[in-house]
Amino acid sequence: MRDVRDALFVARNSDDKLISRPLSPHLQVYRWPLSMALSISHRVTGVGLAIGTLLMTWWLVAAAVSDDAFAQVQWFLGTPLGILLLLGWSAALFFHFFTGLRHLAWDAGYGFDKPWYERSGWAVIAATIVATLLLWIIGFAVW
Amino acid sequence: MAKTPQLDVMRSPLGRARGLGSARAGAHHWWMVRLTSLALVPLTLWFLCAMVRMVGATRDDVASWMAGPLPIVLMIALVIATFHHMQAGLQVVIEDYIDTDWLRLGSILLVKGLSLLLALACIVSVLRLGL
Repeated sequence: MRDVRDALFVARNSDDKLISRPLSPHLQVYRWPLSMALSISHRVTGVGLAIGTLLMTWWLVAAAVSDDAFAQVQWFLGTPLGILLLLGWSAALFFHFFTGLRHLAWDAGYGFDKPWYERSGWAVIAATIVATLLLWIIGFAVW
Repeated sequence: MAKTPQLDVMRSPLGRARGLGSARAGAHHWWMVRLTSLALVPLTLWFLCAMVRMVGATRDDVASWMAGPLPIVLMIALVIATFHHMQAGLQVVIEDYIDTDWLRLGSILLVKGLSLLLALACIVSVLRLGL
């Protein structure tokens, strides 16, 4: 017994034999409702954005250090891999931004009713797609 | 009649003896995540607008933009809010998924140290560019 709480998970069956109590079903038995998918995605994009800060740090440090270093980072961001990273970063940022707003609304006590819960969830997805597309259309227009 | 011993707290005697339990810092952690996220709402939108204009920029373009009174201040504010929010969020993720004590504490310390170093690198770079 690793933990004293394990004692609570032991019981006797009708034959008076000691057995482990059944545990509640784990994640994989549930169908994925929208709220569940958005919740874990909020966390995943958060971790992704943390990795993305390395890119921002590289860009800022390179700009501060030398022309060569800055040319290097600008070149990398223009390669297919660089563009893919930026695309993923911007989509993750918008997603985390909009789900974050939803979290702030919940913290203030709004938006818990089931219809609103669903509606705001789909709104987050729509807003993420629209904002990401808009950013890249403007970006390519400037480029 | 002997008095039966009573628990006036919601923790088991074993839990108390082991010294595991609330550090009483949870509310502050929670509040700082909300505070930084609120600050990051306008800062992120501003940052994205600024970065779109930096597409294809030369180093001189970046430096002359950063020299403005608003960009240099807002960039530092963005960096502080971003990295504070990041280390607080990653701490929760680590606490949720890592079970082994030394690995959990080690990862949290690593995340906090790296966040601080990255934030400092960004701030120093912003100052070198803009001042």
